[in-house]
Amino acid sequence: MGIGDKPRYDPWTILIYMGLVVMGWFSIYSAAPVVEHGSLLDMEMVYGKQLLWIGMALFLIVIILAIEVKFYERFAGLIYIIALISLIGLFVFGKEINGAVSWYGIGPMTLQPSEFAKCATALAVAKYLSQLNVSLKNPKDFMIVAGIILLPMLLIIPQPDPGSALVYAAFFFALHREGLSLWYLSLGVIALALFLGSLVISIWWIFLIVVAVLALMYTLSRKRNHKKRLPKPNPYVYIIAGIVCMGYSLSSSYIFENVLKDRHRNRINIVLGRVEDDAGIGYNINQSEIALGNGGWTGKSLSEATQTRGGYVPEQHTDFVFSAVGEVSGFLGATLVIVFFMLLIYRIIIMAERQRNQFARIYGYGVAGIFFLHFFVNIGMVIGLLPTVGIPLPFMSYGGSGLWGFTILLFIFVKLDAHRMSYDH
Amino acid sequence: MKKLLLLFIVTLVGCIYIGRLFYLQILSDDLKVQAENNAVKTVYEYPERGFIYDRNGELMVANQVAYDVMIIPNEVKEFDTLQLCQLLQIKKEHLSKKIADAKHWSWRKPSVVIPQLTQLEYAPLQEKLRKFPGFYIQRRSLRKYMVDHSASVLGYIREVNQAKIEQDDYYQLGDLAGKSGIELQYEEELRGEKGYKKYTRDHFGRAIKPYKEGSQNLDPVAGTDLTVTLDTELQAYAEQLMVNKRGGIVAIQPKTGEILSLVTAPNYDPSILMGRDRSKNINAIIRDSVRLPNVNRALQAQYSPGSPFKVINALVGLQEGVVSTSERFRCNHGYDYGGRKKLGCHAHASPLAMEKGIAESCNSYFAQVYRRIIEKGDTSAEGMDTWNKHVTSFGLGNFLGYDLPVGLPGRIPDGDYYNARTKYKWYAPMTISNAIGQGEVATTPIQLANMTAAIANRGYYYTPHIIKAMNGKPINDPKYTEKHFTTIDPQHFEPVIEGMNEVYNSGTAKWVQVPGIEICGKTGTVENKTKIDGKTVQLTDHSVFIAFAPKDDPQIALAVFIENGYWGSRYAAKIASLLIEKHIKGEITRTDLENYLMTHSLEYEYAKPYSGKEFKINEAIDNGLIKPGDSLHRPDPNDILK
Repeated sequence: MGIGDKPRYDPWTILIYMGLVVMGWFSIYSAAPVVEHGSLLDMEMVYGKQLLWIGMALFLIVIILAIEVKFYERFAGLIYIIALISLIGLFVFGKEINGAVSWYGIGPMTLQPSEFAKCATALAVAKYLSQLNVSLKNPKDFMIVAGIILLPMLLIIPQPDPGSALVYAAFFFALHREGLSLWYLSLGVIALALFLGSLVISIWWIFLIVVAVLALMYTLSRKRNHKKRLPKPNPYVYIIAGIVCMGYSLSSSYIFENVLKDRHRNRINIVLGRVEDDAGIGYNINQSEIALGNGGWTGKSLSEATQTRGGYVPEQHTDFVFSAVGEVSGFLGATLVIVFFMLLIYRIIIMAERQRNQFARIYGYGVAGIFFLHFFVNIGMVIGLLPTVGIPLPFMSYGGSGLWGFTILLFIFVKLDAHRMSYDH
Repeated sequence: MKKLLLLFIVTLVGCIYIGRLFYLQILSDDLKVQAENNAVKTVYEYPERGFIYDRNGELMVANQVAYDVMIIPNEVKEFDTLQLCQLLQIKKEHLSKKIADAKHWSWRKPSVVIPQLTQLEYAPLQEKLRKFPGFYIQRRSLRKYMVDHSASVLGYIREVNQAKIEQDDYYQLGDLAGKSGIELQYEEELRGEKGYKKYTRDHFGRAIKPYKEGSQNLDPVAGTDLTVTLDTELQAYAEQLMVNKRGGIVAIQPKTGEILSLVTAPNYDPSILMGRDRSKNINAIIRDSVRLPNVNRALQAQYSPGSPFKVINALVGLQEGVVSTSERFRCNHGYDYGGRKKLGCHAHASPLAMEKGIAESCNSYFAQVYRRIIEKGDTSAEGMDTWNKHVTSFGLGNFLGYDLPVGLPGRIPDGDYYNARTKYKWYAPMTISNAIGQGEVATTPIQLANMTAAIANRGYYYTPHIIKAMNGKPINDPKYTEKHFTTIDPQHFEPVIEGMNEVYNSGTAKWVQVPGIEICGKTGTVENKTKIDGKTVQLTDHSVFIAFAPKDDPQIALAVFIENGYWGSRYAAKIASLLIEKHIKGEITRTDLENYLMTHSLEYEYAKPYSGKEFKINEAIDNGLIKPGDSLHRPDPNDILK
């Protein structure tokens, strides 16, 4: 028996978790489409059901924390394979809701395997990368890791649920921590910027900006190389990069018009302000902003929160739950939620960094990345900065699968962290 | 670096999002307004519009209930178009156009689809309309006319147009507001203030509960009942006499300035501007460019006044001391002032002094008096200015300031007027037509009536007005109780009034005397021209008459203008006499005059310029005799359409 045998569960993480779950439940309660609230445990109502899901989530936490800590690393591969099978099984046994086959129907309940697959993938990535002699610098290993991440994505996209698939981009942060170059992210950001930029401003401006940026970069690297007595940078590299960027920009409007589906185009158009249609395709975002605006500094009491009570924001108890927070709790409440998420992610990163065990660290970064992506995409959509992408806000959006998926994801890490002193290879 | 990337990005995103929240929740007031628009359903309550009573308390205009079919496009769900069209009794295209209009105006605010359904038309709708979300019924108070005359002075109410909504945010699409006449002039008093009840509603548009416990509700304020100075009996009688004629009548009570009667012809029944056909009828009236029923001739027709204007020149002459009451002037079938043509006159005894000069309406007499007035000045312009000062003191040549929304200023020239029009030095004879109320002088019937009232009062007038009391309380507006004095001294009026009395006793109007009433008057026969296909053509003279009575205690002063009625006593003096008799005695003894007017139409005169043929004017025989039964025929709206 060593020093670390007694598990020490991180109190901050648990407090933030509790805080978000409680605020989430209250927002769902506010947004319930009823004139008068009945019993809190009314199973006809979303808030009653959510209370049940929360109870079950607490039960899950107990189980997760009770399981032997080594279980997660040892069985990561198996868990991953079960997750993949459950995703494949959807093609045969899946239940269609709102046009997407993402659920299993179990009696009156539904279960969404993609919510659990994130956790399984995080475990698998951590497990594979933490093996000795595995390195991202090795192309074969890189391909395998990429495969582990892409496989569930490819199974989720055709459900169709591109939003949930998008979340897997979160693993970049874990991989980056383990040595993946920042160029991958930069390339993605540049590609996105050029794509959106060429939709909003004239192609000539894009060309001008590309040329200016590349010229600046060339000059700077020449100076730097000169100081460090390195050979001059090759100007042809910059010229080719410029041509590629310009060609890509030119083709982006073609991609936009011909490759993307109508609803995607609409969502992008609304956010970029290319189209104003508050009654049609922009209705959701517009109503969401109105509900937020009505909140003011401290929010409106339930009887005055007219937008939330009137059911103006579609999906307000699920993906748009943050708009209910904004109206009922105001700027202060909404800011608190954002701060909570920031603190949660900071805390997870700090915890990941203190792991002696590489598996736990990689898994921790995976968790932080997944929470960040959900936070970034969901709230960005609700406040009208990003296009509508249907993914939930962790711990707050209504739904059993989501809540459990995120709870498992987080508490496996809490468990790993609790045993960090004794837990070693 | 690799440890910090996610920390950095999380911080950046968090700060951007908090900034965005600050913008949305704190800075952006617009969103709060939108939130209220979203969630608050405002149901307006229209107060009853004020009634209009005549001077004797007779109800002229009341209200009736009507039902508007309204739409809020945002709340419309799919519906059976055919069934709705059947219920509303309209064509499908009409409905789609109305819906498109409503959407164009606002998705969230109500617009009118079908206005002013009667109780009968509304009954079948009542039950079924609930099947059509987004459509609903709004009760509306509409005008009910208790009289079939005075349309033009009462005015009408109509749905406000876009311009009015933008100008005054009290109004919304579909609201009714006075569009002309008294309804327009006293719109704010009559309409009251509409109230509203606010409800919280959900996204289906269903009212959930009173908004903020009803603390934001506003009770409507009832409209003010108006008592106007008109006498419905006199009004009705005057309109009856004006059938088949064109022109205007204004009768004023001299000692108060109250307008007893204000009639224009042709006219129409005010109630045709209500109900489903009102648009058709209003358009018919507005578009009739020949008979101009939309023009209130009593206020808006600017004619040369003709001979009634001579009495003013007599008064100015006396005031300026250029003529005495006894001085006689020669008349040689006119006055030769050195022009190419002399100013003609009809056959009468000569020479004449003032009293007879007025009674016989001698052109020569007034030409010479006028010339002396103008030539009294050092220059013609100076003399003209003096003359102008006296004439305009009778309320001529400018807006009178009465409380009706339309009018024209008329024209009384001054020295500058002629200086501007003439390159060379000019002299009185150039303007000699002003002496007899032709030439550059122009007046409206109400100005002539007011001028007559000033003479009746021997030197002052009150601003003519139509309002008498509000909610039964007499008005006390200094605007209508302040005497406006003319520049003529009181003693100069008596000889002129004697002359006007002589017009009745022995002069141009001796055929229309009314037993027992001392009337003072002045006939007029006004030359007038019109343009047909760019050619100026002279038409039959207008028949004009001004009068007041009784001579010593004037109770009524009036001006009657009958277009193309030839000479003053053929039509205008007859009508004036009958109205005076009606007002003072309450009954008619001169049934021969009444009979003449009821059996004679001037439509044949009005048809002449449009016949396309050569026509004679100023025919000695009145060819307007019509069958007695037809004489009481009122033009109906379809008639006006022709």
